[in-house]
Amino acid sequence: MAGFQVFNRTTGDHFTCQEGQSVLKAMEQLGMKCVPVGCRGGGCGFCKIRVLEGDFECGKMSKAHAPPEAVEKGEVLACRIYPRTDLIIECVPLPEAALAKQTTTKPLR
Amino acid sequence: MKKGVMRPGHVQIRVLDMGEAVKHYTELLGMIETDRDDQGRVYLKAWTEVDKFSLVLREADEPGCDFMGFKVVDEDTLVTLEKDLVAYGVEVEQVPAEELKDCGRRVRFTVPSGHAFELYADKKYTGKWGVSSVNPEAWPRGLQGMKAVRFDHCLFYGPELAAVYDIFVNVLGFDLAEQVLDPEGTRIAQFLTVSMKEHDIAFIHHEEKGKFHHASFFLETWEDVLRAADLISMTDTSIDIGPTRHGLTHGKTIYFFDPSGNRNEVFCGGDYFYPDHKPVTWQAEQLGKAIFYHDRVLNERFLTVLT
Repeated sequence: MAGFQVFNRTTGDHFTCQEGQSVLKAMEQLGMKCVPVGCRGGGCGFCKIRVLEGDFECGKMSKAHAPPEAVEKGEVLACRIYPRTDLIIECVPLPEAALAKQTTTKPLR
Repeated sequence: MKKGVMRPGHVQIRVLDMGEAVKHYTELLGMIETDRDDQGRVYLKAWTEVDKFSLVLREADEPGCDFMGFKVVDEDTLVTLEKDLVAYGVEVEQVPAEELKDCGRRVRFTVPSGHAFELYADKKYTGKWGVSSVNPEAWPRGLQGMKAVRFDHCLFYGPELAAVYDIFVNVLGFDLAEQVLDPEGTRIAQFLTVSMKEHDIAFIHHEEKGKFHHASFFLETWEDVLRAADLISMTDTSIDIGPTRHGLTHGKTIYFFDPSGNRNEVFCGGDYFYPDHKPVTWQAEQLGKAIFYHDRVLNERFLTVLT
């Protein structure tokens, strides 16, 4: 089958990403939720992952969330990476401010 | 009490890729490019706006908002408000005329939430785009995409809302139109106006300083909002939520992101405000309904995804 296999080691999920498609978009199109979805534009840092194995191309990302030294270590935004091989990824915890907010965000119906 | 601040005048937004951003704001939102400067910044306006620009895009390696500017009625008012800000203990910075092309001098200051604002009195008057000021037609032909009517307001996330309130209300003459109060009575959201609109600017409490939630553009009708949603799908643009209605302001809305992850809103309708109106209060326990009137549940992304 065409495309590349992406395996999320944190959640155990795997999915196929087509050539030229971002990892986040491939995940969303399959209805999966193993990486948090934010702005999808490299701006908010919500979909930060660590790539453990594999090669990919990178689009433009906010330096605040993906500084060059982090990108070196494979810490990138899933919305802006395009696999060139199969990938093994893991989730990176959200910044504390975002997590604190999340825990208070319960349905209020 | 009005002190001569007239309306939102401009917002400068940082984008990661200028080409993609200009395409988004012109072809999708329907704004018109009016100029570029030697810093590479691009100036745009919506068609009903009478001044030369309301949106400035600056390419940078981190998206977000540089500043929002408010137009005041005249130079005397600018001098007075500048004195009032200084007397109140706000540090002001002078930005000379023409730093933004065809814009007069600006008085810039940063409020305790970490956001920069500007006041200015003069900007080149170019008139509404595509229609005459004499016997004008209803609308110009040749508008693209959502055909945004005007830049309307911004929502910022940051701390120290009470201190921000004091500057906007007591020094600059804004009124509090709507608020969200937590059970202890602390204001966690404030919608401020200098006009008949429900908000010219809004703030929501957030621990991190200086975060940008969205810039909003006005459309005329619910049908226009639906059509905007269609265009978002047609262009495979990143959607946030909508079309739906807010409880706060009761505006009909849709949220989406520009290609650098800055959130945009287009909306129509909403309540109106006169200075004798008392603030509308939403209780934090009803925050889901306050923000999304139909779902009545908070969308996590809406509260936490910021640039």
